[in-house]
Amino acid sequence: MNDTATATPASTTQPPSEPLLRVEDVTLQYKTAEHLVTATYRVSFDVHSADRFVLLGPSGCGKSTLLKGVGGFMKPVEGSMRLRGRPIDGPGPDRMMVFQEFDQLMPWKTVRENVLFPMKVSRKFAAAEANDRALAAIEKVGLAKFRDVFPHMLSGGMKQRVAIARAMAMEPDILLMDEPYAALDALTRRQMQEELLQLWEDTRFTVLFVTHSIEEAIILGSRILVLSPHPGRVKAELNAHQFTHREQGGEAFMALQRRIHDMLFAECLEAHGTPRGAGHD
Amino acid sequence: MTDPRPLPPLRPEIENRSLASGQIGEVKRPLSAWERVTNIDWVRRITILLILAAAWEGYGRYLNNPLMVPPFSMVMESLWQATVNGPLADRTFTSVRVLVIGYACGVALAAVFTALAVSTRVGTDLLSTLTAMFNPLPAIALLPIALLWFGLGIPSLVFVIVHSVLWAVALNTHSGFLAVSETMRMAGQNYGLKGIRFVAFVLMPAAFPAILSGLKIGWAFAWRTLIAAELVFGVSSRSGGLGWFIFENRNQLDTAAVFAGLTAVIIIGLVVESVIFRNVERKTVRRWGMQR
Repeated sequence: MNDTATATPASTTQPPSEPLLRVEDVTLQYKTAEHLVTATYRVSFDVHSADRFVLLGPSGCGKSTLLKGVGGFMKPVEGSMRLRGRPIDGPGPDRMMVFQEFDQLMPWKTVRENVLFPMKVSRKFAAAEANDRALAAIEKVGLAKFRDVFPHMLSGGMKQRVAIARAMAMEPDILLMDEPYAALDALTRRQMQEELLQLWEDTRFTVLFVTHSIEEAIILGSRILVLSPHPGRVKAELNAHQFTHREQGGEAFMALQRRIHDMLFAECLEAHGTPRGAGHD
Repeated sequence: MTDPRPLPPLRPEIENRSLASGQIGEVKRPLSAWERVTNIDWVRRITILLILAAAWEGYGRYLNNPLMVPPFSMVMESLWQATVNGPLADRTFTSVRVLVIGYACGVALAAVFTALAVSTRVGTDLLSTLTAMFNPLPAIALLPIALLWFGLGIPSLVFVIVHSVLWAVALNTHSGFLAVSETMRMAGQNYGLKGIRFVAFVLMPAAFPAILSGLKIGWAFAWRTLIAAELVFGVSSRSGGLGWFIFENRNQLDTAAVFAGLTAVIIIGLVVESVIFRNVERKTVRRWGMQR
């Protein structure tokens, strides 16, 4: 099935191509009622075409904020983000986002209309073509039977499939996924991960994926950016293109998992300053 | 102290290779006729109305004083007479026409105010201040001023109706917009929607349950304000509305006709609520699963 998922990426055999997305020294801050919080501090990374690029880190490492920055929902206070050489300036349909929440679908539109809507309003495709693309995308995520159903009648996993179909039908430069499977049960999550890998096999889209699960990062990612918390800084950038579900539990897989775990855990110790039990009282 | 608990016995694994469904029996059963009939909304509602009418009839006959409480049958007869031979149809038409004009103006103004409120901060302050000032002010209290400014006639009525509709609708619509989830907003922006297109394609449908309840409240305020205003003056005796019909008949001590006028007011209320608003709800917020 996923034979080519384990293949070596083109970049190691060919001279490296110009990156699709270049993030350079990006510092992102947001305001709460009382504080100005620095979410990420001088983060840099490059995403190349057909990468499955994962942002991995514990909560508070600014990975979701970083994704929002790429999505154009936040402006960096420092540094630059360029997509195909153009600076990112506000949200747009060239970077379709799949959110974690199930309420991202518009409840007043059927599955088909939901998938069709962004293509309509962005005028990227002609009406007839948009309709064909919508039906094909729905077919691809296995929801052909449900195309005229309203979102409230779907399960969580099905809603996420629609959101993915909606994003993929737009053929964005880059697909942004913000922990899209975090709210799913374990069985559905695994199935969705397999489906995503299969879809990637079929079309080789570029995806920037946020997760806090080391396992998910290794399985789904071809390259993993490990971030440290408070504020988010780049801890490491690792290759994981050789792993899928079949390698799960294997020696190399476990080794990588342990390595990432140690990286994040070490950071945890540093952050707390003193080891456990050495408190003042 | 006590022996450790013994281990549970080792039991063989069980695996059902084929699941026969022959013996389960009843998996699906059609509802009985009684269950099906009582499941229909309007059947239950009509039943309630019939019981109320019967109670009224009984009390009216028991009292035997048509000047105070004419029985239901007498009121219905009066209603029929006033509709077929009398001025009731004309009166109703006059009232409904004024109502529609006033309601439409009020909703349009509310849309302008809310658009201002979502797009600018000054607009938000303006709307919340004006709403706080005028929403508690009974519209009928403005009638003397309206009469002074616009004289006896439709403009005065429209003015008080607009006042009664505007604040309720604007307040509900605005709070509906504020309640639209961040995810939904971001999804809309992600499509590249901005400004008025964002409001029309994302905020309006997403806030529709709140907008609809604002429209319902606004309609009820408008209807009661209109009837009350008509009670005070009848525009002119030829073209007065339902309120004037009630007032006229009270002066002639025709209590059955007064009740007939009230019944007409109630019937129109029921029709608007159960035909217009219910259908709009069924086709929108219920269908979309935003409301049960």
